[in-house]
Amino acid sequence: MKLTLRIWRQSSADQPGDYQSHRLENVSPDLSLLEALDQLNEQLISSGERPVSFEHDCREGICGSCGFLVNGQAHGPRAATSVCQLYLREFSDGEVLTLDPWRAKAFPPIQDLMVDRSAFDRLIAAGGYCSTGTGQAPDGNAMPVGREQATSAFSTATCIGCGACVASCRNASASLFVAAKLAHLGQLPQGQPERARRADAMQRQMEAEGFGSCSSNLECEAVCPQEISADWISWMHRERRS
Amino acid sequence: MTNGLPDPRIPAGPIADAWRRTREGLPLISPLRKGQMDVLVVGTGLAGASAAATLAQQGYRVTALSFHDSPRRAHSVAAQGGINAARSVAVDGDSVSRLFADTLKGGDFRAREVGCQRLAEISSGIIDQCVAQGVPFAREYGGSLATRSFGGALVSRTFYARGQTGQQLLYGAYQALMRQVELGRVHLLTRRDVLEVITVDGVARGVVARHLLSGELEVHTARSVLLCSGGYSNVYFLSTNALKSNTSAIWRAHRKGALFANPCFTQIHPTCIPSGDVFQSKLTLMSESLRNDGRVWLPKNPGETRQPDAIPEAERDYFLERLYPTYGNMTPRDVASRRARELCNAGRGVGPGGRSVYLDLTDAIKAEGKGAIAARYGNLMTMYERISGDDPYKKPMRIYPAPHYTMGGLWVDYHLMSSIPGLFVLGEANYSEHGANRLGASALMQGLADGYFIAPSTVTAWLAGTPAQDVPTDHPACREALESTRRRISQLLNSDGSTPVDSFHRQLGSVMIDRCGISRHADDLREGLEQVKALEQRFEAEVRVPGEASGPNAELEKALRVKDFFGLAQLMLRDALAREESCGAHFREEHQSDEGEARRDDVNFAHIAAWEHRADGEPIRHSEPLQFTALQPSTRSYK
Ligand SMILES: Cc1cc2nc3c(=O)[nH]c(=O)nc-3n(C[C@H](O)[C@H](O)[C@H](O)COP(=O)(O)OP(=O)(O)OC[C@H]3O[C@@H](n4cnc5c(N)ncnc54)[C@H](O)[C@@H]3O)c2cc1C
Ligand code: SF4
Ligand code: FES
Repeated sequence: MKLTLRIWRQSSADQPGDYQSHRLENVSPDLSLLEALDQLNEQLISSGERPVSFEHDCREGICGSCGFLVNGQAHGPRAATSVCQLYLREFSDGEVLTLDPWRAKAFPPIQDLMVDRSAFDRLIAAGGYCSTGTGQAPDGNAMPVGREQATSAFSTATCIGCGACVASCRNASASLFVAAKLAHLGQLPQGQPERARRADAMQRQMEAEGFGSCSSNLECEAVCPQEISADWISWMHRERRS
Repeated sequence: MTNGLPDPRIPAGPIADAWRRTREGLPLISPLRKGQMDVLVVGTGLAGASAAATLAQQGYRVTALSFHDSPRRAHSVAAQGGINAARSVAVDGDSVSRLFADTLKGGDFRAREVGCQRLAEISSGIIDQCVAQGVPFAREYGGSLATRSFGGALVSRTFYARGQTGQQLLYGAYQALMRQVELGRVHLLTRRDVLEVITVDGVARGVVARHLLSGELEVHTARSVLLCSGGYSNVYFLSTNALKSNTSAIWRAHRKGALFANPCFTQIHPTCIPSGDVFQSKLTLMSESLRNDGRVWLPKNPGETRQPDAIPEAERDYFLERLYPTYGNMTPRDVASRRARELCNAGRGVGPGGRSVYLDLTDAIKAEGKGAIAARYGNLMTMYERISGDDPYKKPMRIYPAPHYTMGGLWVDYHLMSSIPGLFVLGEANYSEHGANRLGASALMQGLADGYFIAPSTVTAWLAGTPAQDVPTDHPACREALESTRRRISQLLNSDGSTPVDSFHRQLGSVMIDRCGISRHADDLREGLEQVKALEQRFEAEVRVPGEASGPNAELEKALRVKDFFGLAQLMLRDALAREESCGAHFREEHQSDEGEARRDDVNFAHIAAWEHRADGEPIRHSEPLQFTALQPSTRSYK
C-alpha cells in the first residue's frame, strides 16, 4: 500500500519545528507503523537526509517507550493499543497520517517525535513504592490477599508509563498515571502503612513537575493502552482527603 | 589461574548447604566504610535494579547507568510467563531438591550443580521479597499465592502476574531503586550507552559511557563494576528481545580480558508469532504458559490448504503428544522447537511459506469457556490479534520458534565475579545456572537471585579484601579507554558508504539463524564464519552512519551495537563448532541418536567453554570441568 506520513520535525528543543511530508510507496499492510517508520528512515539515510527520531524498544506494547499522536490521537485510532502495536492494515491505501510528539510542559521536547518523560520517574521517586528493605521479607503467604483484591491491584499496576494520558489531557495532567500507582499500592496490605503519605507526596510532586490538574474530561482513559479506568482518579482524590 | 581459568571458587563439601556456609564465611564491611565506596551498576533491568537498590540500602554510594530513559523500560518488563520458586505448599510434592534437579537436568548437565542448588534454595525468598514490595502476584480465592506449571517441569511452581510477570517484578525492583534515588543513595544516569570497561592494573575500575542525547563521552570510575546489561539474542536481528538489547558492555569487557562462556548456547523459543515481511523488526513471544492449555498440531497431509477448523481430528497430528506422551505439549523448548522445524522443513508447516504450526486453544475454550481463558492469558490473546490480524479465540494461533534467550555470557565464578577482578556480572549477561538450555521461568529467578541476594554479599567480600584508592577520571587508563571509544565512533561516522546499518544487521541475522540456529552442522558453521567475516568487512566499507557524534543519533547507537555483534557472532560460530556434541539447545546434526534426539558427550564435553580474547589472533578456548556429586548426568528424556 501507499502512505503519506506528515511528520513533526524538530532538531532540538531550542529550534523551531515544522511538518515534513514523506511518501512511502509499497509498504506491506502487515507492518506496524513503527516498522513503516524504519522503512522510511532507511530511505532517508540512503538519500542523505536525517532520519526521523522516535522512541521505541520492545515493540510489543509493554515497555512504554513508544508514543506519539497519530492524526491528533495518542497512540492512534485503535483502542487499548500502543503505537508499536498499530498495524498498517488499520489504515486505507493512500491515507495521509499526521504524526506529532506528545506536547506537555512537563515533557520537554527532545527531537522530532521524542520527548523527555523523566518527570514520571520523579513521581515514582516521590513515593510510588513500599518502603521495604531487601533480605528480610516475611513469608509471602503470611498476609493473604484475596483474588479479587489482587486482580484489581494488578489492573492498576499495569500502567506502562507511556504518557499518553498526559498528552491527551487538555491540562496535561498526570492524574491517571499517579492514580494508577496509588491504587496499585493502596489496594494491597503491603501498601497500607504509607498510604496517606504516598498520596500526598505524589500529588505534590505532580504539581511541582508542572503537570496540570484534572478537569474530568476522561480523554486519558480513552487513550490509555492499558485501559486503566479514570474512576481511580476520583479514588485518588478521596485518598488525599482521607 | 589453572588451565588459563581463574579459580571458580566452588565451595568444598556437600552442595546442600554450600551457599549458607560460604556466605557466613564472607567478610563484612562497616556501614560507615561502605559510605565511602563507589559501586557502578551498568543496567537497571531486574538484575541491575535489584542489585543497585540492595547495595544502596547497605550503604554503598551507587551509580547506576542505563541505556533506557527510565529503568522501568528495561527488557525484563517483557517477560510474560512467570518465575519459578520451590515452595512446598501445594500437594504435588515440590521441594528445593526437585527444583535443583529440574534446573540441572533442564540445562542438560552443562551448568555447575552448586549454582543450581543455590538458585533453588534462594528462590522462595525472592517471592517473599517481591510480595513485600507490592508485586501483585496471582492469588487463590483464599488469598494464598497461586502457581501454574511450565515447560520442562511436572510440578506447578511458577508464580505469575497474569501474562505480565516480568513487568510486575521489574516495577517492584524499579520502585525499590527509585526509593534509593530519592534517599540520595543512588545516582541514576539514564540514556547512557556503556561502550568500554576501564581496568587499572588488571582490575575493573570504571566504564566509558556515551550520553545518548548530547553525544558526550563520560568516564565513571568506582571500586567495583557490576555489568547487568542483559542478553544478546539480537545478534539474530529477528528475536523476541527488545530492539535495544545489545552486547556492547559485555563484549567490550570480553575484549578487555573477561572470558566469554558458552556463547553458542542460545535458546530458541518454540511459541513465537512467525515472521513475514522483510521490514518486520521483531518476533513476538507467545508465553509458553499457553502450552498448558494449548495443543500443538499440524495437518497430517503435506500441502494442506483447508482452514484449520475444516480439518477433522483424524487428519491432525498432535506431534508433541504423539512423540512425548509424558510431557506432551510441555516438552522443553529445544525439543519442541526442533520438532516444529523438522516438520515445517518436511513440508507440513502452515501459513506463509509453511513456516508455522498451530497452537490451538479450542479444547480449553470449550471446556472452560472463553472467560476463563481470557482471564488467564488475556493480554497474550490481544497481542496475537493485534499483530496477526486473526482472532485466537476463533482460530488456532500460528507459531514458530524464534531466538529468545542467551544462556551464554561472561564467565563468572561462584561469587559472580568475571575473570577481570572487581568486575561482577549478573542476570542474563553472565553465564550461569542455565547450562545448555534455560527452563521456562528460571531467568527471572536467576536475575533476582543475583541482584537481591548473591551479589550484595560477594561484592562486599571483594571490597573488604581489596584495598584500593579512588581512580581519578583523568587516570591514563581512563584517557586511553576514552580515546579508543572516540576512535571507534569516528571510524563509523567517517565510513563513506551508503547502506543503512539495519541492512547489515538483517544479513547478519539471517546468516546466524541459518548456520547457528535451531540446528547446527560443522560445514554450515565454518561457512557461516566466513560469511560473517566478509559481511563485517563490507559493513566497515559500505555502511552509512548519518549525522554527527554530538546530539541524539540513533543510527550511531545501532552501528556501535552491530559492530560488536559481528565480533560476538564469530565467537558463537566458533564455540558451536568446537562443541562436538548435542546438548540442550545446542543441536549438532552430526551428534544425534537414531531417533533424532540430542546425543551428549559427557566424556569430552562435560565442561563450560570459556573463551579468551586475543588482540592479534584466534581466541583461545579454555574449559572448566563440571563435577556432579548430587545428581549424576543422565540422558534427558521427556518421553
Ligand atoms: C518476551 C520475553 C519473555 C520472557 N519471559 C520470561 C518468563 O516468563 N520467565 C522468565 O524467567 N524469563 C523470561 N524471559 C527472560 C527474562 O525476561 C530475561 O532474561 C531477564 O529479564 C533479563 O534481565 P536482566 O536484568 O539480566 O537484563 P535486562 O532486563 O535486559 O536489562 C538490561 C539493562 O541493561 C541496560 N543496558 C544494556 N546494554 C547497555 C549498555 N551498553 N549501556 C548501558 N546500559 C545498558 C538496559 O538499559 C537495561 O536497563 C523472557 C524474555 C523475553 C524476551
Ligand atoms: S495511565 Fe495509561 S496512558 Fe497513562 S502512562 Fe499509564 S499506561 Fe500510559
Ligand atoms: S515499543 Fe514498547 S510499548 Fe511500544
